[in-house]
Amino acid sequence: MAPPAQSQKSSSPSQPSGKGEVSDVKMQLRQLAGSRAPGTDDSKRELFKKVISYMTIGIDVSAVFSEMVMCSATSDIVLKKMCYLYVGNYAKNNPDLALLTINFLQRDCKDEDPMIRGLALRSLCSLRVANLVEYLVGPLGNGLKDGNSYVRMVASIGVLKLYHISASTCMDADFPAMLKHLMLNDKDAQVVANCLTSLQEIWGLEASTSEEAAREREMLLSKAVIYYFLNRIKEFSEWAQCIVLELVAKYVPSDSNEIFDVMNLLEDRLQHANGAVVLATIKVFLQLTLSMTDVHQQVYERIKSPLLTLVSSGSPEQSYAVLSHLHLLVMRAPFIFSSDYKHFYCQYNEPFYVKKLKLEMLTAVANESNTYDIVTELCEYAANVDIPMARESIRAVGKIALQQYDVNAIVDRLLQFLEMEKEHVTAETLVLVKDLLRKYPQWSHDCIAVVGNISSKNVQEPKAKAALIWMLGEYAQDMQDAPYILESLIENWDEEHSAEVRLHLLTAIMKCFLRRPPETQKALGAALAAGLADFHQDVHDRALFYYRLLKYDVSVAERVVNPPKQAVSVFADTQSSEVKDRIFDEFNSLSVVYQKPSYMFTDKEHRGPFAFSEELGNLSIDTDLANDVVPAQRVEENDKDLLLSTSEKEENHGSINNSSAYDAPSYDGSRMVGALQPQQDLVSLDQPPPANTPASLAMDDLFGLGLPVAPSPTPPPLALKLNAKAVLDPNSFQQKWRQLPVAASQEISLNPQGVSALSSPQVLLRHMQGHSIQCIASGGQAPNFKFFFFAQKEDEPSTYLVECVINSAACKAQLKIKADDQSTTQAFSTLFQSVLSEFGLP
Amino acid sequence: MISQFFVLSQRGDNIVFRDYRGDVQKGSAEVFFRKVKFWKEDDKEEAPPVFNLDGVNYFHVKVVGLLFVATTRNNLSPSLVLELLQRIARVIKDYLGVLSEGSLRKNFVLVYELLDEVMDFGYVQTTSTEVLKSYIFNEPIVVDTDRLPSLGPAALFVQGAKRMPGTAVTKSVVAHEPGGRKREEIFVDIIEKISVTFSSSGYILTSEIDGTIQMKSYLTGNPEIRLALNDDLSIGRGGRSIYDYSGSSGSGSVILDDCNFHESVHLDSFDVDRTLTLAPSDGEFPVMNYRITQEFKPPFRINSLIEEAGPLKAEVILKNYAEFPSSITANTIVVEMPLPTYTTRVNYELEPGAVGQMTDFKESNRRLEWSLKKVISLAAAHW
Repeated sequence: MAPPAQSQKSSSPSQPSGKGEVSDVKMQLRQLAGSRAPGTDDSKRELFKKVISYMTIGIDVSAVFSEMVMCSATSDIVLKKMCYLYVGNYAKNNPDLALLTINFLQRDCKDEDPMIRGLALRSLCSLRVANLVEYLVGPLGNGLKDGNSYVRMVASIGVLKLYHISASTCMDADFPAMLKHLMLNDKDAQVVANCLTSLQEIWGLEASTSEEAAREREMLLSKAVIYYFLNRIKEFSEWAQCIVLELVAKYVPSDSNEIFDVMNLLEDRLQHANGAVVLATIKVFLQLTLSMTDVHQQVYERIKSPLLTLVSSGSPEQSYAVLSHLHLLVMRAPFIFSSDYKHFYCQYNEPFYVKKLKLEMLTAVANESNTYDIVTELCEYAANVDIPMARESIRAVGKIALQQYDVNAIVDRLLQFLEMEKEHVTAETLVLVKDLLRKYPQWSHDCIAVVGNISSKNVQEPKAKAALIWMLGEYAQDMQDAPYILESLIENWDEEHSAEVRLHLLTAIMKCFLRRPPETQKALGAALAAGLADFHQDVHDRALFYYRLLKYDVSVAERVVNPPKQAVSVFADTQSSEVKDRIFDEFNSLSVVYQKPSYMFTDKEHRGPFAFSEELGNLSIDTDLANDVVPAQRVEENDKDLLLSTSEKEENHGSINNSSAYDAPSYDGSRMVGALQPQQDLVSLDQPPPANTPASLAMDDLFGLGLPVAPSPTPPPLALKLNAKAVLDPNSFQQKWRQLPVAASQEISLNPQGVSALSSPQVLLRHMQGHSIQCIASGGQAPNFKFFFFAQKEDEPSTYLVECVINSAACKAQLKIKADDQSTTQAFSTLFQSVLSEFGLP
Repeated sequence: MISQFFVLSQRGDNIVFRDYRGDVQKGSAEVFFRKVKFWKEDDKEEAPPVFNLDGVNYFHVKVVGLLFVATTRNNLSPSLVLELLQRIARVIKDYLGVLSEGSLRKNFVLVYELLDEVMDFGYVQTTSTEVLKSYIFNEPIVVDTDRLPSLGPAALFVQGAKRMPGTAVTKSVVAHEPGGRKREEIFVDIIEKISVTFSSSGYILTSEIDGTIQMKSYLTGNPEIRLALNDDLSIGRGGRSIYDYSGSSGSGSVILDDCNFHESVHLDSFDVDRTLTLAPSDGEFPVMNYRITQEFKPPFRINSLIEEAGPLKAEVILKNYAEFPSSITANTIVVEMPLPTYTTRVNYELEPGAVGQMTDFKESNRRLEWSLKKVISLAAAHW
């Protein structure tokens, strides 16, 4: 049975089940096939309708294929259309029967009526049967030259369909060249647009194997072609405009005058009622002005209003799509939107996914002048009957507090939340108070007084319980009852299902013991005994560790468990800046809605025909890279409140933006970024998934002397020796580049001194050569350079390939490394980065 | 490019299913419906309009209870696809007169015809009702409009459709009138959505008007039409903050924060005399969308008083003030109030002599609904 039937497992009672009906229809069609009686067409229409309605609901009606074809000899266009639809649906799985249709479709392609010619050509190209392609070439060629624009429109997409059935037939017939000619000369804008879409797809796919196609693809971005499209932009339909604008966004103008000309020309597109046109225009504006900071900011100001209008007009679905983009922009430049905060207030009837975006925007735009209003609004939401909404709102308040605005008032409000005595509010707030205390220890008195009044019985959620226990341990000397509360919790050890909470209990009772030994000793003993008998490995290990530590030396235990703590000053960012920039580059696409770059959710062949950094061929999906990033992402997403200890933070500054407290020079990052990801991996691997944050906090405590005690995240890279006389010819390079997956991909910051020495690509080439890294191709002008390097191991013919894109204005380099021997990629990457970072130094 | 387009009924049946590229499996409609129906990721929240499942991206919009869905494996512009889905729904409505499950089922062949021309191989060709006319050969089968369920005013917000279904505009653009003659008509609607937040003490915290001028033309020959707006209309608020109310009220002038226009609108004389020029093509379209945050007097004011009347009981007094001129009547008003999850019973007491008023406790979503058929302003009377 063909797929359509299988997909319909449960048809509702009102729908026919299939077999009997199909054979009925088959009989009736047979009777009608030869009939010339008046009214035949009407009966046929009814039968055809029935067939198509079965097809729609998923009943396999391919059995009547030959009868349908027999009945299709008619001049009734409605019948013809139904027949074409049917044939298009079943031809692929019934290639032999499809042959039956070729005859009448070819005949129709020569019909007098352009409508019939177009329809027939479209159906002919839609058969998707490989061994029939020979019948397509002729009609397609004629179609492209047809005098009627409808037929040309159909033919220009038909070429693309042919390409997907048989690329070689399409290329051999030289159709792309014909399309190119039509694209640049046809009077009909839709024909032009269709030629463009077809060519983009064809050349995009061909570019990996053919240099000529790659050149042709570049040609689409030449000044002449771009200007040709821009000058005709108003002739295009709104949808075709989107395609043109998407192309223009990839154009690199030669100077700023050109940039302004393009922007002036497109200015009125921002007033279009179609959100897709507006967003496509905005993308052009943003991309063009990336290197012009002031203008770029003006663009933000300019696009604000149209975006807000789009958010409030149209269906909720459309406004969600626009709002996601607004969200992205707000996150990039919150200060520009700080006076618009009232637009981000939530309305009661908005779906949760909209409210969530708005809350994040409110959090981002908070500053000295609007924090009071925003927090007041958020506190209203905290009392919301909608629990997820209430939780998100409380988290938002906490985030604003951690941004250091008006902390005083916010702490008061958070404490008021605790007095609301709603379980979910209390739980959420406790977690926040814990984070606040880590950042602002000076508030401990006020907080502890309130927290001390909370009965631990009212706190059930593991995360909240862990937070409460942490506070009990940390502030044991300030909370009169701390030892006794902890003791009663320990008594119920067996009923505590969360390992996370049990881990926290162990640490808290240790801290408490070290501060108030007489009161705690008994409870500590009970806790250690329970911990040693625990079935959970981590709990068991921690209990054992404490036990031995105490046995060895109590003062050492004190130093380990209860060291003086530094206030945490910076939050880990939820996403690395590389990921954010990638999403920004993919503006006006799903990446923005999903908040993920496309490589995380699309497979390579669907990533769009015009991925720019991939001119040496479509990179195969970088599973290694994905594996690298995804766990980190997971940690970050699960634990938005993952506070990094200071030592970790220092290593992470490459990925932290807006870290006001942090002002180390950025070029250090080049060496550290490599260490970042494995480290985050470590966090995610070491903890059982539900136990993320607090457990890692506890880890910090456990290794209270700082991270040096922690196992180093990656083994030190083995010394890698490179062959100084490596050779690789360009063809083998290209071939290798296509075949190998990306083993590592990174963005690194460059030494500004080195960048300033980068007057031309050649300088860097010589430097790299001095370290046995050869360059095979290079190009570009300031500020954008692109290099392809390669290197070989000294003792074996194992090769490394590197694509390195340097933006000298931003002092950034993007690396993609591929290797024959993937296991040594990391070593090579480190070596490469250190060589690169030495560039330009005396 | 879009791979498939389909329309599902509320129960998840395929009403139309069109596969454009054949790179997404055929069972996608079922996969999609199951996912949407059992969306659990955020605590029984509704599914977002766009999501990815096993590499397939699903886009959907809800129109009159039907799900219009597109699938793709590519990283497309979400705005483009969602806008397109909405537009397809509108084109279908233009042709069928009425958009409903029944009309779609009766006319699915016509819908397929439309879909064939709207997209080719997943690329949009046209969504203009006018352009499509020359490619479409099926006649619509008109369904009885009387049996259509009323959407009510709440639908205006819930469905996001900014338009009340007027009976006059449920006529197909291609259907022939009985008697073969065509009426020369054009419908222009102005629909405004007013959002106001009051503080508990009755002050206005935020207020915004989102408006649309909607047009539906049945004129033959597409004559040029001029639409004159207020002379004193101004757009943009200069350098001032949007919420700076000082000086903007009282002068009587209308200040739009921002607006956008349909592509058929010419703005040549807009700056001079606030006139829009357009040759309306067939079918329905928004001429202009606008947004106002200027201070204005809201038509209603709601006052609530909540008192604890016992350990397990609360008493709420709701007052609705009509603050519009007595020449205007307001129809079908619904006041909604969310109630705590542990609410078990609600008693109502309407003002004595209240006519055409209804109260209801919607247990499924814990909401109190108070609906009023008709409200006449008596200066500041309340009830």
